[in-house]
This record gives sequence, structure tokens and C-alpha cells, in this order.
Amino acid sequence: MNDATPRATTADASMSRTARASIMPLRVEDVSFDAGGKRLVDHVSFELAAGPRTFILGPNGAGKSLTLRLCHGLLTPSTGRVVWEGASPNEDPLKRQAMVFQRPVLLRRTVAQNIDYALKLHNVPPADRPGVVDDVLNRTGLARFAKSPARHLSGGEQQKLALARAWATKPEVLFLDEPTASLDPAATHAVENIIDTMHGEGTRIVMTTHDLAQAKRHADEVIFIYAGRVLEKTPADEFFSSPRSGEAAAFLEGELRW
Amino acid sequence: MTDISEAFVTALHLLVSFDPNLIEIVGLSLRVSLSAVALAVLIGLPVGAALALFKFPGKNAIVVFVNALMGLPPVVVGLVVYLMLSRAGPLGVFGLLFTPGAMIAAQAILVTPIVAALTRQVVADLWVEYSEQMRSMGAGPVSAIPALLYDARFTLVTAILAGFGRASAEVGAVMIVGGNIDHVTRVMTTAIALEVSKGDLALALGLGIVLITISLGINAATYTVKQRAEAVWT
Ligand SMILES: Nc1ncnc2c1ncn2[C@@H]1O[C@H](COP(=O)(O)OP(=O)(O)OP(=O)(O)O)[C@@H](O)[C@H]1O
Ligand SMILES: [Mg+2]
Repeated sequence: MNDATPRATTADASMSRTARASIMPLRVEDVSFDAGGKRLVDHVSFELAAGPRTFILGPNGAGKSLTLRLCHGLLTPSTGRVVWEGASPNEDPLKRQAMVFQRPVLLRRTVAQNIDYALKLHNVPPADRPGVVDDVLNRTGLARFAKSPARHLSGGEQQKLALARAWATKPEVLFLDEPTASLDPAATHAVENIIDTMHGEGTRIVMTTHDLAQAKRHADEVIFIYAGRVLEKTPADEFFSSPRSGEAAAFLEGELRW
Repeated sequence: MTDISEAFVTALHLLVSFDPNLIEIVGLSLRVSLSAVALAVLIGLPVGAALALFKFPGKNAIVVFVNALMGLPPVVVGLVVYLMLSRAGPLGVFGLLFTPGAMIAAQAILVTPIVAALTRQVVADLWVEYSEQMRSMGAGPVSAIPALLYDARFTLVTAILAGFGRASAEVGAVMIVGGNIDHVTRVMTTAIALEVSKGDLALALGLGIVLITISLGINAATYTVKQRAEAVWT
């Protein structure tokens, strides 16, 4: 899978990867999150080991997006803590992760400049950036848009660009919040392929989706969230064949009321 | 009526012959107003960005204050700067009163709130949209400032143009702190005021035409920038 690595930084990135221990595993310890006087995430604990693709499933408003943000470090837990076991005390673990949001946020610049900016923030030397940008745009099929304003792209293309931008920074962990929610089947397939390739390159995938078929195809393990609580964390085949909680069973049947 | 049309013909003649007196006045006006705008940008951009991105006690009061300063009457600014710079004032030792420096300071005070307030608004709006993505890519508010100002560039250019429009059109502040001294502090607006009161309409009209042209130019530039921004970037 080495040839699938963005070209110009192959050497430095693999070097830094071997030089540094992985930041995994991630330990979420008794994490709650309150906002607007409500407990939205309620004493959640789980551990993510290096390797598998984790899908966070649950009904609308269950707390999936909040949980991703808490793990990624965008939100500060009201109780408990998020621990990256492998991160050294003096580094920001966030720098070794990336997140693709439910609604992509693109800068008011060209497609290529959007990726270049992320590389700049990751201290990639200016001379190396154009090579990485080209490579990642080619791999995501966005090369012909390189000089277009990013915000002129269609929704699906914007989502691919957000993914390309994350890919370019070679994250060890990638959080994706419903990355294919508004995409047509072909674009969904393309995005799934990119995610698979990144997974093959060693990026830890943690994502949410409402597309159960997609979860069945790609998930290795499932975390099921309901009303701000983790009801189960199960290997995917087990989750889909015999969910432990009644809520998960009802969710899979499409009968869960929120 | 013939007076006016005669004056108009003379005015046009002054313009096309690049009358040295008129050129000198226009030149000083541009120098003063452009310097004031440059100062206002140097102060207003960082202040606006800081007001947009950071929380600190008294911030809301400062935001309201800066917004209110946008409508400050030029004569009041002139009066305050006059008091500061006059012999007995706290900055009197610099001997700036009745110099172009005093006029630049007064106009900078008029323009800075415009630049700061509009910068704050546009950067705050962008930050609402960008903050999570920026943080996710490893940028906090401070390291994001250059990117935010860059992405707000079209709005900021229109803010700066508005500031230049306000500076070049005002008469009250430069009159008080400059004194409208011939060859020293006489700018277009003060010259027009003087020439009209003397009954010499030709030079006043000539300068008026220059001012209108500048104003039209600013509006055309603003319109073009907005069109381009809307067509391409938003
Ligand atoms: N800042 C906030 N203030 C108040 N309530 C919030 C805030 N952020 C999220 N919520 C609420 O928390 C709950 C969980 O939100 P979250 O976005 O995590 O849901 P989700 O599981 O991702 O849902 P969806 O599938 O619709 O994306 C929702 O009811 C939401 O309204
Ligand atoms: Mg969500």
C-alpha cells in the first residue's frame, strides 16, 4: 500500500511515523458533555485500539457528532477525560489527527490552496507542498478543479476536497462525521474507496453514518449511542446479527423512536 | 448664471492645464488622506481581529464604543485633536498643530473605527464558520489571523475604500487642526470652503470635480470588488 502514499512527503512522513510511537490507543474515560443546561453526552467510556474501523451508530440527536468532537479534542468534556495513550505529554495529539465534518468547511480560496493551507499548518516545507497537493487531488479525482474556488464545487466534490485535505496531512486517526450523507452512489463509492485506502495506509478510521449498508460493508466494530450513552461496543458482524441492547435491535429494524 | 458657467469653464481649464495651485492642493489632500488610511489600517485591522477572536472583560462595551465611533462628527474629532496638540495640550511639545501631521492624525482617528468595526464584523462571522475546522487542522485564533484576514480580503478592501472616502470628503477636522494655511495645510475640502466664501468659484468647482471623481472612483472600485467577491468566492 506504500505507493498509495502522497509522494513528496513519503520519506519524512514514514520516518516520523516510525520515529514516533502511535498515539493510539484512545481512552475515553467517563466523559460527559453538558450544554444549554442539558447533559448531552452522559458518562461515556470506551477504548479504541489501533487497527479496526469503528463506526459510531445511533439515531439523530443521539450524540454521535458530539462524541467525535470530544474524541478529536474540539470540545472539552464536562466530566471525565480523553486520553491518547501514545501521545507524549508535551505534544498536541490533535496535530496527529484529522476530522471531516458533516458539513465541509472550506476556505475562500482555490481547491489547491485549501490543501496547501492545511499542509502549511502541519509544517510541511513550501517546496514539498505542490507535489502533495497534486498527488492528493489526482487520487481524489479533483485535479481538474485545482484552480477553481473551493466553494464553487458541488456538495459531493466539497466533501471529497475535505477528505483530500485531511489525507494530505497523513493523520494517524481520521474522524469522519457522516462523510457520505449527501452524496450520490458514485460519489459515495469514491469516498468509501478513499477512506479504505487511508485505512490501508494505516490511518485509524472512526466515523458515523446513517447508511447501515455502508456500515455493514466497512465497519469492523460498532459503537452504538443512544440518548448520549454508549449502549454497546461490539464487533460489526455481531452487532448486525445479534445486537445486545433492545434499542440497537429496534434501531436496526428502523423502529427506534427518539 | 453666466458667472457660474464662466466659473465652470475656468475650472475645466484649471484641470486640463494642471494648474500648479490646484495640483498642490490635490496632492496634499491625497497625501494626508492616504497616510491617515494607512495608519487606520495598521491599527484597525489588528484591533478589529482581536475584538473578533478574543474574549476579555469589557469587550462588549469596546465593540459598542468602536461601532459608535464610526459616526463621529469630524468637527468633534478636530476639536479633540486640537486640544491635544495645542501648546497647552498634552502633546503640545511636538508642535504638530497646523501641520499635515495633525491632519493625518485627525483623519486617522476618523477612519480607524470604520476599519476596526468592519474588520471585527467580517472576521467574527468567518470565525464562527471556520473555528472548528481551523482548530482541527491545528490552528488556534492567533495563528488563524492571517488566514482570516486573507479570506476576508474583499470585504476588508471595501472597508478601507469606505475609510478613504470618509477621510477625503471630511472638512471639519482638517479645517480645525490644519488651519487651511496656503501651501501648508490647504486641502481640497478646506480650499473649497474658503474659495466659495471669497466668491471665487472657479478653483472651488475645479476641486469639487476632483472630489466627485475620487468619490465615483471609490464607489466603482467598491462595486467591482464586491461583484468579483460574490461571483467567485462566497
Ligand atoms: N452546543 C449545543 N447546545 C445545546 N445542545 C446541543 C449543542 N450541540 C448539540 N446539542 C444537542 O445535542 C444532541 C446531540 O447532538 P449531536 O450533534 O451529537 O447528534 P448526532 O447523534 O450527531 O445526530 P445526527 O445524526 O442528527 O447528526 C442533539 O440533541 C443536539 O441538539
Ligand atoms: Mg451528527
